[in-house]
Amino acid sequence: MSTDLKEPIGAEVPRDRAKRLLAGRGRFVDDISLPRMVHMAFLRSPYPHARIRGIDTSAAADMPGVVRVVTAADLADVVSTWRPLHNRFPTMAAPEQGVLATDTARFQGEAVAAVLAATRAQAEDACEAIVIDWQALAQVGDVATALTPGAPRIHEEMSSNLAFEAEVVAGDAEAALANADHVVERTFRFHRHTGVSLETRGILAEYDPTERRLTVYQSHQTPHQQQDLYARLLGLPEHKVRVICPDVGGAFGVKHHLYPDELAACAAAVLLGRPVKFIADRVESFMTDVHCRDHEVHARMGFAADGQIVGLAIEDRFNAGAYGQHPRSSVAEGNQITRLTGAPYRLENYAAKLKMAFLNRGILGHIRAVGHPIAAAVSEALIELGAKELGRDALDLRRQNYLRDSDFPLTSAGGVAFERLSFTQCLDKALSLADVGAFRQEQAALRAKGIHRGIGFNTFVELTAIGPEYYGEGGQHISAQETCLLRMEASGQVRIHIGTTDQGQGIDTGIQQVVAGVLGIPLDDIEVISGDSALSPMGGGSWGSRGAALGGEVAMRAARTLRLNLLSMAGFLLQKSADDLDLVDGIVVDRQHGTAHMSTADLAKIGHFRPYTLPSDLPSDLTVTARYASRDRMFIAGNGIQVAIVEVDTGTGLVRPLRHLVVHDCGRVLNPLLVREQIRGGVVQGLGSALYEEFRYAENGALLNASFADYLVPMAAEMPDIEVAHVTTPTETSELGAKGAGEAGLAGAVGAILNAVNDAISPTGAFLTEVPLTPPRILEAINRVAQIE
Amino acid sequence: MKAPDFRYLKPKTLPECLSLLAEHGDLAQVLAGGQSLMPLLNLRLAAPAVLIDINGLSELSGIREADGSITIGALERHEEIAQSAIVRQRLPLLADAAPHIAHIAIRARGTIGGSVALADPAAEWPACCLALGAEIELASTRGRRRVAAADYFQGLYTTARQADELVAAIHFPPAAPNAVHAFREISRRRGDFAIAGLALAALRTGETLHNVRLAFFGVSDRPILASNAMAALEGRPLGASMIEAACKALGAELSPPEDPAYPAAYKRQVATTLLARILGDLQAELLDA
Repeated sequence: MSTDLKEPIGAEVPRDRAKRLLAGRGRFVDDISLPRMVHMAFLRSPYPHARIRGIDTSAAADMPGVVRVVTAADLADVVSTWRPLHNRFPTMAAPEQGVLATDTARFQGEAVAAVLAATRAQAEDACEAIVIDWQALAQVGDVATALTPGAPRIHEEMSSNLAFEAEVVAGDAEAALANADHVVERTFRFHRHTGVSLETRGILAEYDPTERRLTVYQSHQTPHQQQDLYARLLGLPEHKVRVICPDVGGAFGVKHHLYPDELAACAAAVLLGRPVKFIADRVESFMTDVHCRDHEVHARMGFAADGQIVGLAIEDRFNAGAYGQHPRSSVAEGNQITRLTGAPYRLENYAAKLKMAFLNRGILGHIRAVGHPIAAAVSEALIELGAKELGRDALDLRRQNYLRDSDFPLTSAGGVAFERLSFTQCLDKALSLADVGAFRQEQAALRAKGIHRGIGFNTFVELTAIGPEYYGEGGQHISAQETCLLRMEASGQVRIHIGTTDQGQGIDTGIQQVVAGVLGIPLDDIEVISGDSALSPMGGGSWGSRGAALGGEVAMRAARTLRLNLLSMAGFLLQKSADDLDLVDGIVVDRQHGTAHMSTADLAKIGHFRPYTLPSDLPSDLTVTARYASRDRMFIAGNGIQVAIVEVDTGTGLVRPLRHLVVHDCGRVLNPLLVREQIRGGVVQGLGSALYEEFRYAENGALLNASFADYLVPMAAEMPDIEVAHVTTPTETSELGAKGAGEAGLAGAVGAILNAVNDAISPTGAFLTEVPLTPPRILEAINRVAQIE
Repeated sequence: MKAPDFRYLKPKTLPECLSLLAEHGDLAQVLAGGQSLMPLLNLRLAAPAVLIDINGLSELSGIREADGSITIGALERHEEIAQSAIVRQRLPLLADAAPHIAHIAIRARGTIGGSVALADPAAEWPACCLALGAEIELASTRGRRRVAAADYFQGLYTTARQADELVAAIHFPPAAPNAVHAFREISRRRGDFAIAGLALAALRTGETLHNVRLAFFGVSDRPILASNAMAALEGRPLGASMIEAACKALGAELSPPEDPAYPAAYKRQVATTLLARILGDLQAELLDA
């Protein structure tokens, strides 16, 4: 392990933006206004599936404040359509999509026409005056119906609604299950929800036709990806397209996709030569932000009499919604489930099948912890069932089957390379913090009084920092490499330009810490400039827990180069060997005695204004770059375990989380404060997923709860304290040794709550497999068992 | 979304307000605390031509006791009612119910008149009005009239109020010295509308209850009295078998509407749980006192 990784690396530093945001000085897209700006509002399909026989915009065009009404035909010359292909999945169907629907609307909320007007209210008024001749078509809302022969087709260009199917196989799962002493089998259902960022999606696009220059302000996670997409889809020179992500109020994966309405705003800006602003309102967000989950997983796990897992077979049926998600496609959630189910365990015989269908529903994309919560919940519910079947303690059963230190490195049955994971260590740590014996005593005493409490454990693997092979080979222009540019000003202060982005998680601060620690200058003398495709070197943005692992590593490398340059300059000026010098708090000191010699400001002034005093071949660049991509593995895997304690009211079905513990291994922790808050935020989203969040649709396919009144998110009052502890197994794929930490909270919370609820109600004989665990589902499960008995 | 355009009028006196209501009738909406109306406007679910803002009408404020009844002005905010000394002493059911209404920010703006005028079937105040036998005072240029709560709440967001009438005040009979009350609701998260709720008012003699009123909310298209369950409790000492009988009667008489989030069977079961618990607590309280 490198010895130059000093404080403040690993220190609890509050994130740099917090003060400004708390002071109300944040600058989000909607805070920006430009001269001659117009507002864009969309007329969206009220039907999940309908033919558009005609659009009459004449009345709308005459409404007050209206500048232009546009349909697909009006934008056809300005912007191309797209197909979300992925070359790693060559058989995946990728039907064509455009900014506005042409002859058919395929999900409720799909944009059909748009108004550009002086105010948003006027644009909405005019949308109401657009007359569309609709012909409602039969809608398909579930995978089983979609895949039935003769089902109404979502895309006429396809022969069926099957978007993709695949299989992951290791050993012979069927034979192993047939020979197993015990087999547990369940079908799990995870309903559809979304990411719910506090700030909705929003964009402001400005186009200057004289220079063919497009400047876009957007609430987004991946400015370079968007720059590339806008340039290609709008036919503009890429170096004249600039995407700026100002303050971003949460993203969670919702904001790393291409959205038709946002691209339509860019196209309208090109068409009009005027700045165009579109800010999604909450209803639009619920309808058109990418959704996630909506999986049905049938799973069988077989055990030998001694408790060894002998085989695991799963079938995952899910859907992409109405179109594939561009540019990443919609296959990843199913792919992750087939790769991660059973992952913590020694498993030789594994078979996982997935089928993805198209449906008349909103598009599914990649939201935080893609697939992870489902894979972990299924695996860990099966372990609990297996333990019951075997008459074993479920924690012992886990311990027996966990991958052990001697097993690493290995490629898992699901095909993922695991460097070194720490399942047993995490469980040990969890048990040192949660006294299970005392809980069981309390549980028994309370049950006698009719109070039902339960404890749930959930082991998880967390895939972070995706490598370049996935999208590189996939053919998408999505960078999995990071580049960092450090520039020391004449004052000796430093600007970091980097491709990772900060949407509230605080990665800018983590990177600042890495540079401060490696370079040896004070934190306050460093600023991170991120989220601007023109100012930041080409990079991937922040998603998939890549910021610390990739951004941190590349910042460390750039800081090392700058430090070498500074010390070689100082060595020459002081006539000492650079090896005998050190940089501490911005001062060049004697490494052995600590004697202060000169400051970085002294060096920077010489470097910038009197370079002639240095030999021309002396390494003395004050602007340096470094680049980094992880090699030879698709992911850097982390792991952990979560423990939830809940109380279930068996008279109402309400669940009250009482305690939540996360033991997590993300390698080197750059900033424990920020990692803890990442984990807590993820756990809260996981509790939302486990208990509250679910889109509901009427028989006719209409979305019933596109508002915060009916789509419930977790609120502070219902949340338990969330304790976070760490086991540290640094990755050796990088020198910094950091793994990602963004998925863990959500990845583990859902299964922990599911197991805790099932433990709480175990005296009733009920066992739930449908998430979220709503009060009606819990009572219904209890009633069903009671009726049978 | 942004609200559709409307004319905004802010009368300075009650007669002026009533004239405006008489003039615009159905085309107007009254703005009090705005806690339901503003979202409806912004979702474009309501598109009134005229918005009449009554927040300047001091005649509609205040909580007074006179002539054997307690009058709460329509503009009293939920939080003002919760904090009122008169309410705490003389209408303790309301004081117990108030903290269940949404969140503090909403309680600080929302008004009792607005709640009673809107008549959301899952709202707390309408059920309290029904439990306590309150009268709703309606004012118009045609004069004033009082409607008993049982006649006033007529269906989903539907009341006895005519288009030109304003909810001016609510009149409550003060609690008798031997009155007992209880309030409880079940909601997913703190501050949410209730899945099911119950406001109970009764008189006691020892452990025996009289004049029992069980006003349920969130289980029908309006707040409703569970008359069979009430009859099961009336004039008898509260005990386990009576509670069981009341719950059984309730299960038979409730027919909640099907709701995709909360099936009717679930609501019935939860309402029964609620009654059993509220009566169990009350029994313990009666024995204690």
